[in-house]
Amino acid sequence: MTGPAAAVEAKELSRRFGDFVAVDRVSFEVAPGEVFGFLGPNGAGKTTTIKMLNGLLAPSSGSGRVAGFEIGREREAIKRSIGYMSQLFSLYGDLTVVENIDFFSGLYGVGGERRAARRDWVLAMAGLVDHRDRLTAELSLGWKQRLALGCAVLHEPPILFLDEPTSGVDPISRRRFWDLIYELAGGGTTVFVTTHYMEEAEYCTRLALMNRGRLIALDTPAGLRAGAREPLLRLATPDPIGALAALDGAPEVVRVGLFGRDLHVTVRDRERALSRLPERLAAAGVRSDGLDEIRPSLEDVFIALVLAAGGAAED
Amino acid sequence: MALLDLHRLWAVARKETIQLRRDRRSLLLAFALPLLLLLLFGYAIDWDVRDIALAVVDQDASPESRELVDGFLASGYFTLVARPASPSAAARLFARGEARLLLVVPPGFAADLAGGRTARLQVLLDGSDANTATIALAYAEAVARTFGQRVALHGELVTLPLVADSRVWYNEELASRNMIVPGLVAVIMMVIAAMLTSLTIAREWERGTMEQLAATPVTRLEVVLGKLLPYVAIGLVDVGAISALGVWLFGVPFRGSALLLFPLSFLFLCGGLGLGLFISAVTRSQVLATQIALVATFLPAFLLSGFMFAIENMPPVLRALSYLIPARYFLVVTRGIFLKGVGVEVLRVQGLLMLAFAVLGLALAVRSFRKELG
Repeated sequence: MTGPAAAVEAKELSRRFGDFVAVDRVSFEVAPGEVFGFLGPNGAGKTTTIKMLNGLLAPSSGSGRVAGFEIGREREAIKRSIGYMSQLFSLYGDLTVVENIDFFSGLYGVGGERRAARRDWVLAMAGLVDHRDRLTAELSLGWKQRLALGCAVLHEPPILFLDEPTSGVDPISRRRFWDLIYELAGGGTTVFVTTHYMEEAEYCTRLALMNRGRLIALDTPAGLRAGAREPLLRLATPDPIGALAALDGAPEVVRVGLFGRDLHVTVRDRERALSRLPERLAAAGVRSDGLDEIRPSLEDVFIALVLAAGGAAED
Repeated sequence: MALLDLHRLWAVARKETIQLRRDRRSLLLAFALPLLLLLLFGYAIDWDVRDIALAVVDQDASPESRELVDGFLASGYFTLVARPASPSAAARLFARGEARLLLVVPPGFAADLAGGRTARLQVLLDGSDANTATIALAYAEAVARTFGQRVALHGELVTLPLVADSRVWYNEELASRNMIVPGLVAVIMMVIAAMLTSLTIAREWERGTMEQLAATPVTRLEVVLGKLLPYVAIGLVDVGAISALGVWLFGVPFRGSALLLFPLSFLFLCGGLGLGLFISAVTRSQVLATQIALVATFLPAFLLSGFMFAIENMPPVLRALSYLIPARYFLVVTRGIFLKGVGVEVLRVQGLLMLAFAVLGLALAVRSFRKELG
């Protein structure tokens, strides 16, 4: 990795709430210009990690640097160097679009001609030019999120933290949002983003997977897929429920789960499974319309990694 | 970095003003409630006793007895409600609460006066309202004494008794309203100030906007002062409006300097508004914060500031406690400026104590307001 020039750097970062360890000795580095994806089930510690990095929460132990400033000690300097968009929409609903932009311009010290230029840029970027004087509360969620993104980058920060920025919006708005993220990254902004959506994970240059407060994987999307150890088979069947019952617990099978109308079956040995599983299905009276090996999706990889790490915290 | 960036402070103040302008509840609280409270308490609280219901049993029916009764009515304190035939008939008026004071002029009243003997009167009072009864009795005695002096002069019988020429300063009519209205300015502004700001930080927590705010470089002091600024302006407008209404509607004198009232009000408001912010930051709930702000300000300001009860007459514990009630100091200021027209040389101590209160209120607000999320 890039060493001292890293945009974000975490070393053995931990945060405890009483007896509960929300983040457990997490270390990673993010290079400038990366779109760094932070993934994991609910309660994995993603948001807590982000809050420690951007100065909203003090770490219990460990250290880190953001934009070259030490977290915990140089919070105010970090806050000037980053943009942050929190999980829930948190602009002012009783302010108009322009009033929200002006307010955050004031807080980030964006003044004079630059303020007007940045305001116009945000309005154009979010597609809100014709709605500049509408109350923010009246906007659709997609608009709100683009406005929140705009307000987070008014001061053109080198690093942008986005905590589940697209949760709850339709796929088209989500796609538009990611176009904006790429635009920012193309301009040199380091983007640190958490998400639940696997197709979004594919857009990231690198992915960190967290579970139960621990970092359990860190690689490019392709690298993660290549690292999957166990073969994955797809079973097409008119009776997926019956097939699930027949295969669950079979000695050849590591894990079996419904995936749309098919079954994804993770197996220990490809050849053995391909020969033995049809017999088991036949014995259970379940028809098979085809069983073949497939390339694991990121979702398969993550489920495998999370289960290997002891399952999600909420299970 | 600078602890206080004026651009950021201004951004917060401007945002707060816009939000306030769109929030009908806060606007009512800010502008209608103070005037409403003034009208309510200004009319409801009246320690003066006037129009005491008087019943007269005139068993003498002489010119002198009629003159005495006229003396009662002319005093302005009594209203004649009945002339029952006998004292026993009058007792029923007492029972029904129709009369508060019964004057019985016995037969031979005029004859005794003419003969230079001590003429006797009987005054019966409804003591169920002890305060009113005491005051009514004092009025009755005063009327009777005046009547006695006049008779004495007419008859040129006795030497003139010693007459005390008393004069009341500052509140010549001894009208309780003149005491109440300036006091109300202090009580009302204490309550309004704390309640106004009690909403503001809690609202940011409840709506989730605090997280975005906390992620910006704005400092705690900038947030607290920025939120304070619009409310200080509102508070000063309120002080002006209540004072003007008090003078115009209730006829309360304003003898001092408005130029002194406003700076001292400013100090008092900073303390009260700071207290509201402190409560707001600690509770993080709008409903809870307004309730605490109301309880924490209204009763102390009403009961322990010297507004309702004289502090000198309080038990030592309450007297000690009253020093912690900032309305106590502002009350001295408003009464002093309204009624006595005193200047800064008299109100210096109160000013300093309110300055201390303002610093304390703001320090508490800044300290308790954590930008870190829990």
